[in-house]
Amino acid sequence: MLERRRWLFAVAALTPTLAIFAWVRLYPIIETLRLSLFKWDLISKKQPFIGFANFSQLAGDQRFQQALLNTTVIAFGVLIITVPLGMAIAGLIHYRMGSRLASIFETTTFIPYVVSLVPAAMAWKWIFDARLGPLNAFLGLFGISPLPWLFDPMLSVVCVIVLCSWQALGYAVLIYIVGFRNLPVSLFEAARLDGASGLQAFWHVAIPLLKPITLYVSVVTLVSGFNVYAQAYVLASDSQGAPGRQVRVLVMDILDNAFRNYKVGYAASEAVVMLAIVLLLTLVQFSLLRERGAK
Amino acid sequence: MTLSISKAAAVGTEARAAPRRRTLNIAIDAFLLLFCVLMILPLLFLVANAFKTPQEILAWPPTIIPQHPTLNNFFAVIGSTPLLRWIGNSIAFACLSSLCIVATSSIAGYILAKFKFRSLHIVFLIVLATAIVPFEVYMIPLYFQAQKLGLLNSTWGLLLGYLVMSFGIFLIRQNVVHAIPDELLEAARIDGAGEFWIFLRIVLPLLRGALAALAVLAFFQAWTAFAWPLTVATTQDSYTVEVGLALFQTGYTVDLGRLSAASALVLVPSVTLFVFMRRHFVQGISNSGLKE
Repeated sequence: MLERRRWLFAVAALTPTLAIFAWVRLYPIIETLRLSLFKWDLISKKQPFIGFANFSQLAGDQRFQQALLNTTVIAFGVLIITVPLGMAIAGLIHYRMGSRLASIFETTTFIPYVVSLVPAAMAWKWIFDARLGPLNAFLGLFGISPLPWLFDPMLSVVCVIVLCSWQALGYAVLIYIVGFRNLPVSLFEAARLDGASGLQAFWHVAIPLLKPITLYVSVVTLVSGFNVYAQAYVLASDSQGAPGRQVRVLVMDILDNAFRNYKVGYAASEAVVMLAIVLLLTLVQFSLLRERGAK
Repeated sequence: MTLSISKAAAVGTEARAAPRRRTLNIAIDAFLLLFCVLMILPLLFLVANAFKTPQEILAWPPTIIPQHPTLNNFFAVIGSTPLLRWIGNSIAFACLSSLCIVATSSIAGYILAKFKFRSLHIVFLIVLATAIVPFEVYMIPLYFQAQKLGLLNSTWGLLLGYLVMSFGIFLIRQNVVHAIPDELLEAARIDGAGEFWIFLRIVLPLLRGALAALAVLAFFQAWTAFAWPLTVATTQDSYTVEVGLALFQTGYTVDLGRLSAASALVLVPSVTLFVFMRRHFVQGISNSGLKE
């Protein structure tokens, strides 16, 4: 009887949230999966089922491949910069936890992460500007001739990576600081008594123990790297000012196909590819963690 | 005994190493300080540019500190664009989203943590599974839902994408599991308290910290949203700040001074808010998936 009353309360309390959840999360996710198997041009009523034709078309689509390549390069570029740097900075901040400046260090490294994307991208756009930007002025001090940072396809990918890493770094530092705090102090004392230097202790004790954190930060960084959009949109507009054309990324290609080219089913199949990548990355994380647990 | 000896030895070496350690500490502090300055340098540049005259913006080499600081850029940008309206839209959107997410997450998180029915466990697994699906993946169908409801170009349309947060439900559930003992709830039940009363008067007050963290997290998530507002809001009056600024900068004449002034107007309040809310924010983020 009591059990039944509790059950009724649980259902009644959960229903509104679950209804919203099903309506704005589950349904659109399933609808994306469904649309990816259909051909739909947004205007006509007909939505013929075409199986995996969208996906086989994707395989030969050069724009999509360019977008996928750019996005992958950006995601892994951000990862390679963010994770080691984040760990090192967090280690130093943790080491200086007693310092009066510690909270300043923590807050300042984290600010780029909460700053709105677009204003932040504008700030960097000026820095990278070929004619007016301080970066070229700075390089000029060393006799390096000005580079067209935002107009060269390769260099502009680098610029997007720098911007995204700048934003992602604060998050990595924060998570690593939490990780460092949770490490057993006794191990470091033991290492010190055995004559290990701070650097040796960091390398041989902290890094192996932080492996789960590293995995977590890596996957989060990669996944958000694959969602890159605003940064490319603002930073990499082409010479006519068309946003983001210089560095085509996945999200942009999806939105372009859906709302500019009216190929909704096709865009949905791209979204499914993106989902598959994200799921794959998450699975890799879980299996690596489990492997560690089994040892 | 051996322990105290080795400890004494360690203290001895420490005393000898003290001066070297001090220099090392100062060096690390200096390095970190330099690094922090580099991290916020782009933002300082942006704010500095906002005060520059048009001539100075185009000067080569670029100046760091404005030589003839002026407020003209700010007046110009407020006079010529609906920037204040965009800021208002963003604030309304972010506050409403934060409110909805806190409301839905608190009740769902509590129920999923404390009511142990098998069917609820399945619900929890579904919520958890959708947490990793990026927003951009299901944005297209969601757009058509908003269109059907006639919500395009409105705050409600923006809100549609940000009513619930899988991670928020997860966060609250973890907090309930850790912070609220079953005995407390049982005691209240024995005293004859109704389930809803228990939630309102016992659970919610105990969750204050976690709810504040989630509220701040949700606010910033909506405040920095880009792809969804860009798609849903297509009239100038319905833009959020992010969208307004992004489209403003792609205009045919890019006036860097005004652009910087607009950006600075957006940045300064959000950075200030963050500095005040830092503790909540940090707590919310560091809870994310690190605890089992």
